[in-house]
Amino acid sequence: MAYQLLKFALGGEYKEPRFFRDCQTPKKSYDAVIIGGGGHGLAAAYYLAKDHGMTNVAVLEKGYIGGGNTGRNTTIVRSNYLTPDGVNFYDASVKLFEGLSTELDINLFYTNRGHFTLAHTESAMRTMRWRAEVNKHVGVNSRVVGTDEIAKACPQMDLSCSGKAPIQGALYHQPGSIARHDAVAWGYARGADSMGVEIFQNTEVQSIDVKDGQVQGVHTSRGYISTGKVLSAVAGFTPRITEMVGLKTPIVIHPLQACVTEPMKPWLDTILVSGSLHVYVSQSSRGELVMGSSLDPYEVHSTRSTFDFVEGLTSHIVDMFPFLSNVKVVRQWGGMADITPDFAPIMGKTPIKGFYLDAGWGTWGFKATPISGKTMAYTMANDKAHDLIHSFRMSRFEEYELTGEKGAASVGH
Amino acid sequence: MKLLNCPMNGVRPLSEFLFGGEFREMPNPDTSGDLEWASYVHYRNNAPCIKKEWWYHSPSGTWFIAERNTLSDEVLATYLYGKAPVAAKTTKPRAKKEQSA
Ligand SMILES: Cc1cc2nc3c(=O)[nH]c(=O)nc-3n(C[C@H](O)[C@H](O)[C@H](O)COP(=O)(O)OP(=O)(O)OC[C@H]3O[C@@H](n4cnc5c(N)ncnc54)[C@H](O)[C@@H]3O)c2cc1C
Repeated sequence: MAYQLLKFALGGEYKEPRFFRDCQTPKKSYDAVIIGGGGHGLAAAYYLAKDHGMTNVAVLEKGYIGGGNTGRNTTIVRSNYLTPDGVNFYDASVKLFEGLSTELDINLFYTNRGHFTLAHTESAMRTMRWRAEVNKHVGVNSRVVGTDEIAKACPQMDLSCSGKAPIQGALYHQPGSIARHDAVAWGYARGADSMGVEIFQNTEVQSIDVKDGQVQGVHTSRGYISTGKVLSAVAGFTPRITEMVGLKTPIVIHPLQACVTEPMKPWLDTILVSGSLHVYVSQSSRGELVMGSSLDPYEVHSTRSTFDFVEGLTSHIVDMFPFLSNVKVVRQWGGMADITPDFAPIMGKTPIKGFYLDAGWGTWGFKATPISGKTMAYTMANDKAHDLIHSFRMSRFEEYELTGEKGAASVGH
Repeated sequence: MKLLNCPMNGVRPLSEFLFGGEFREMPNPDTSGDLEWASYVHYRNNAPCIKKEWWYHSPSGTWFIAERNTLSDEVLATYLYGKAPVAAKTTKPRAKKEQSA
């Protein structure tokens, strides 16, 4: 060991092992092509290879992997949703996350923090009770707590929020966690690559060939690739892809912004969300406060961030934590959130044979990365929607069977 | 601070406005089929492009139309419903502003 270390040190060349091969020239054809090298696309590739033995698969990413919303989110993982279908789905994802560092052999810094959704009004308390009961019914650990328990978990918070919006109670969700988001993309990429999946960065899909209602292939910036199965997992770019194949969806793109403060000693152990103040905050393992807010108010296809956002967000954070008024915000950024009218994803088959959609992840899709990959891989391999995603099917809008998840998803990502 | 040109009140800060969504023609509910109606209710013209949109100036209660590029977030024209300036399709926002101010 010591000898090898010495040899390495004197060797002069310190090559980092690559996470995945540097693929440059795609083959003429693949059994499946995945558009988008975010967490969702890479997880789908991983489970296609692992669960279904499909390894002749290409992932096409127009930038670099994890550079979309996967690397821009505030990493909250939870399952305290409102509808039983939603709770079951996200619970399956949380369970996969819990074992994922071991499975992918990479430290995801998955840390269980506990998650408080603060209620400042009687009507918010009603929603919390409703969510707690649905969660318990499905077997998910959530309960309504009073201000004493909140004060104990976070003694630094001003429970009156500077007198503006006194906290009445909260929904406490013990499994709530945070993770290192880019490691999720990198871990899935390495796992998929090691089983034979080819990952192409800087490779943009420019159009999709469909003949007689069946996918034939994709035109890319690296040439034409023929394939019978295409998965679109492009989050904020979904409308541009669905336009290529003439599919209509209810998705609307809104920017969603976030920011971090300078690092501090650890003081905030839990994840706090306030729907009324439109903020949520957690402290990362580096000591930064990671903070976010609700969506920008109108459609824009851009990742620009704004001063209005930091100004509004920090004024509410200071209401909750007056002692933070001297702390500096050091970075801010934005992502494009693909919002659906019922705050649930659109997953599964589409009217075009061989064209599969994993979209509508809006502000809430990071936590679903493992389960969406697993269920989309199943759906593609069997050309049949996985049971867990039945209520997220694309046709639900024409059938007027929307899911009603808004109460649990709008601010608390 | 972002600004928007209200056709009644001139240039005001964006925080005074609310977004009302894309301007869309409603199909006749008596004659349209279920699919056409569902499509009107739910589906959106959602790829980036220049769009006609409803905007609302809340202090004065004015609903109006804005033509906006949803990729670059540039507003090309604003006018009251039914009062589209003849040259509304041009890309010179400056000329438009003078007209409607
Ligand atoms: C600020 C912010 C905070 C968030 N906070 C949370 C949170 O706390 N918890 C949570 O669960 N979720 C959160 N989300 C949502 C979450 O980030 C996303 O839903 C999720 O990461 C989507 O992953 P994805 O893999 O589907 O998409 P992405 O990671 O966006 O990947 C899509 C990829 O497709 C590529 N692409 C697009 N078009 C093409 C093309 N034509 N050809 C090739 N490649 C293409 C893009 O470059 C991109 O890399 C947040 C989002 C934002 C923006």
